[in-house]
Amino acid sequence: MFMQRGLDSETKKQLEEEEKKIISEEHWYLDLPELKEKESFIIEEQSFLLCEDLLYGRMSFRGFNPEVEKLMLQMNAKHKAEEVEDETVELDVSDEEMARRYETLVGTIGKKFARKRDHANYEEDENGDIKPIKAKKMFLKPQD
Amino acid sequence: MAEPVSVAAEYLAGSRARAARTVLGQVVLPGEELLLPEQEDAEGPGGAGERPLSLNAGARSRVRVVCGPGLRRCGDRLLVTKCGRLRHKEPGSGSGGGVYWVDSQQKRYVPVKGDHVIGIVTAKSGDIFKVDVGGSEPASLSYLSFEGATKRNRPNVQVGDLIYGQFVVANKDMEPEMVCIDSCGRANGMGVIGQDGLLFKVTLGLIRKLLAPDCEIIQEVGKLYPLEIVFGMNGRIWVKAKTIQQTLILANILEACEHMTSDQRKQIFSRLAES
Repeated sequence: MFMQRGLDSETKKQLEEEEKKIISEEHWYLDLPELKEKESFIIEEQSFLLCEDLLYGRMSFRGFNPEVEKLMLQMNAKHKAEEVEDETVELDVSDEEMARRYETLVGTIGKKFARKRDHANYEEDENGDIKPIKAKKMFLKPQD
Repeated sequence: MAEPVSVAAEYLAGSRARAARTVLGQVVLPGEELLLPEQEDAEGPGGAGERPLSLNAGARSRVRVVCGPGLRRCGDRLLVTKCGRLRHKEPGSGSGGGVYWVDSQQKRYVPVKGDHVIGIVTAKSGDIFKVDVGGSEPASLSYLSFEGATKRNRPNVQVGDLIYGQFVVANKDMEPEMVCIDSCGRANGMGVIGQDGLLFKVTLGLIRKLLAPDCEIIQEVGKLYPLEIVFGMNGRIWVKAKTIQQTLILANILEACEHMTSDQRKQIFSRLAES
């Protein structure tokens, strides 16, 4: 046939099918009806850890082994902490104090970066509060 | 004790399955079948007659139940395989059903995945240690299963050392494997147990009793003198105190407390406290 190096695609397919048939006849299989695996709702577990809440296995008393005593607190607390999962994060600094700190902070840090000319803006009042910022002196165009 | 057993025997003679709920806390014998709560309506004794009509009669809610040690699944029922008292734990949160198990007593330990045990190193071959845990075959422990162990930095473990570790593989088809680190790679107290001290064997039930959160024995023992105890779920306990005499007293107390009543125990503790 014209320019035919290998077998025809059709003949190839036929040969493959025949091969499959031969192979499947040789393969062994169980001649049993299909068993339906029921979805069981009983789980088997051989471990006592699920059944009883047991403490951590290492114990030390009256300071005999300080590392083990630390571990005891850690492991037994972890065990109880799993039940209580709601913990609100305590604020170290209240919101009001935070706002107050920020107020004063802006002025002091601003002073550090102000140039000589801007020092006038940061002059302090009698009370020690920073004066409100004056309007900058800009160039005014003469009106003829 | 004879009464519950005779009652159980009568039931067995009649070979009727009892409801698990009614048997809680009673002695059950191997071979008994127990009904789970959902099945009681249809199959309980004296079923017909006064049964409240449920709105969804057809759909029975399938709650997932865990059957623990001493029980096996047998179709839809639980089959008892060990003699002891039937216990139940309500589910804390999430999936319902709870756990049923049999509180039995035995001395022979069978490795269970996740259990913390005390093992004795019996051999060192290549990269693994063979550790005797009291089961049918020694467990294997890789030298990399210690905290901070690398191929160059090997742990200092000799034959005869005591190891506190947990099982990662433990079933009837494979050799048990244990490790001395947790899933995050931290030791958490596992590893080689220190020098001196005394290792002795007790029954498995006693270990569970002593490790219960409200165990009075441990609280009283802790007040005697400074000491350290390690409990292995395979029935092994290691104790250490400042002198040999104190260690021996502690070992004797723990061995004997299984068969003592709480009054006898308090007598012994008060005598010890005086001396």
